[in-house]
Amino acid sequence: MMNVTFPFNDVDRSAPIRPLERPREYFSWGRYPRAQHESVYKVYWADQVEAILAISRPGSCLPYGLGRSYGDSCLNAGRSLVDCSRLDRLLSFDAKSGLLSCEAGVSLAEIQRITVPRGWFLPVTPGTKFVTVGGAVANDVHGKNHHRAGTFGLHLARLRVCRSDQGIVECSPWENVDLFRATVGGLGLTGIILAAEIQLKGIPGDEIEADAIPFQSLSDFQTLVEASDQEFEYTVAWIDCFSGGQTRGIFYRGNHADGFRDAHKKNWSIRVPFAALDFPLHRYGLKLFNSAYYRWKSRRGSKARVGFNEFFYPLDAIRDWNLLYGARGFLQYQCVIPEAAYDVLQEVLSKIGRDGMGSFMAVLKRFGRPKSPGIMSFPRPGLTLALDFPMRGDSTLRLLDELDEIVVQNGGAVYPAKDARMSPRTFEASFPAVDEFHRFVDPALSSSFWRRVTGG
Amino acid sequence: MEKIIVLGATSEIAQHTQRILAREQKEMLLVARSAERLRSVAADLRIRGARQVIEHTTDLADISQHAQLVTFVVENFPDFDSVLLAYGSLLPQERCRHSVELSLREWQTNFTSAASLLTLFADILEQRGSGCLAVITSVAGDRGRSANYVYGAAKAGLNVFLQGLRGRLYRSKVRVLTIKPGPVRTPMTSEMPQGKFFADPESVAEDICRALERPRKEILYTPSYWRYIMAAINLVPETIFKRFSARQL
Repeated sequence: MMNVTFPFNDVDRSAPIRPLERPREYFSWGRYPRAQHESVYKVYWADQVEAILAISRPGSCLPYGLGRSYGDSCLNAGRSLVDCSRLDRLLSFDAKSGLLSCEAGVSLAEIQRITVPRGWFLPVTPGTKFVTVGGAVANDVHGKNHHRAGTFGLHLARLRVCRSDQGIVECSPWENVDLFRATVGGLGLTGIILAAEIQLKGIPGDEIEADAIPFQSLSDFQTLVEASDQEFEYTVAWIDCFSGGQTRGIFYRGNHADGFRDAHKKNWSIRVPFAALDFPLHRYGLKLFNSAYYRWKSRRGSKARVGFNEFFYPLDAIRDWNLLYGARGFLQYQCVIPEAAYDVLQEVLSKIGRDGMGSFMAVLKRFGRPKSPGIMSFPRPGLTLALDFPMRGDSTLRLLDELDEIVVQNGGAVYPAKDARMSPRTFEASFPAVDEFHRFVDPALSSSFWRRVTGG
Repeated sequence: MEKIIVLGATSEIAQHTQRILAREQKEMLLVARSAERLRSVAADLRIRGARQVIEHTTDLADISQHAQLVTFVVENFPDFDSVLLAYGSLLPQERCRHSVELSLREWQTNFTSAASLLTLFADILEQRGSGCLAVITSVAGDRGRSANYVYGAAKAGLNVFLQGLRGRLYRSKVRVLTIKPGPVRTPMTSEMPQGKFFADPESVAEDICRALERPRKEILYTPSYWRYIMAAINLVPETIFKRFSARQL
């Protein structure tokens, strides 16, 4: 007779986590480049992360959240991913002070869904809410209120990071400051972020009093920015990059409106079922879309009260919109150009127009002065332009290289979160702190992006 | 259903079920083995709206602890109206089938200890004359397959136990809900090749919550198409079935 003894303290029930058997393919948002991963670990508990890092080879792992980075900064070709999207627990929330502590895999969508009805809003939110907190930290994301609030990293009270060489380390603007400053904007390379404490912002209501103002040239845009950045918390512009010599667009600005009207419930969405053929976003399609969008938005009355989802996350209403770019994927390009160099922006835009490569959604925003703690943070004072380009092979890559050239020559920078192709030289020019940053890279971590831009 | 005890509260399906219940502001007593993991689960549920979350740490597979658990429940959560039994273990079949010891452990976890807990909670609810016992078993208990019969045998035993219990308790207006999920993407199955048949734990949790609110529901297949798949599988004669039963789903 066999005895069954308790507790079952053998390996079976607290087994070291093993990689997924036949995992799905892990993409970046642009679906270019595509990467084969040697293995994927899906973690369900923060305590499993330490065990994975402990057994991993040098440079073998990269944390992965919701895959919203556009290029290859969330990929680790030929090596391992640690899927942290299930570390999505909220750990504490003080409804009086708005201090939220949560695991790093929590999505911004979840935070907004839970805290907005209670009068608290993310201090900084990017244009999609389907990113994780860990990803928002690692890319030090920015939003329409950068001129006021700076980046996501400015609102962190604390991070808990798991490193292969030091175990679990707490860092904050006051404690282990160097690691904190490297982790904010550190592309997930300074250790796997387990948890974060975020100071949310109190809001008077869940809708936005929004303005949409058409403009016909970059100098008009400048005038609008000057006039609006003082009075409006959120400003951003959409531009039609097919409009020829004069850049026309729509300038959006908004403030939180008073009164809660269950705006979080107004959240319809449709889903793109599969990767489209190329033609909907062919040059003429894009051109047509851009001019129709311009007409539509400039005809509609300018003032409106809209739900926060509509104002901040218009594209989230089309789930998997990246599939519209077809099987070859697309490239996103975002750069920042110091403010003195306004005419450079015009040069960039004309170049894109000339090449007929224009984009579906071109976004222009003026970054403000608030300085991020992150040494590798992308935003800096100046104008930032974001565009996407369907991947059409060498001609697309060549155009972007030429844009890099202009940006770097004028003291600008290119955004890693959106990049799949910048050269090591462009990277170094964009991030002078990279030498200092190297010291903080966890020996067990690496990414496709990191190897590409460091030649490693 | 307002006050629920979840046995195995850190299981993936249980966690997602609890999130839905939290949003509906239910009260819950959560029982799990790891205090640390349970703490993070409970904190999350409180923020998501649960009216009350009580944590209790114990190894549910250890029957000698069950009396103590019942005492804890009676003292701290006496007017519970439902119990969800959600824990289980699925070791790789290749290891179990040649090991009496591992098989016994699987049965201990999946059947013997579960039956023990149900015996204790059935008595409480029977006396009270109301309530619901909901138990997660598996489609693997509907027919023995070479690929998972050690696990399947325990779940089959549990299914039969629940059938009998249902017959005993219906006179006292206590409902017994048998929940039979197909394969689900959870840590339990993360080492299995996950084909198209795998469901997301979120959708399974939604089905469970819906069934908890439907007083007449007694057997839940989730996703629901498993009812038809298993009905078809049960029609296949054994002489034919035995040739295919080694295949992974």
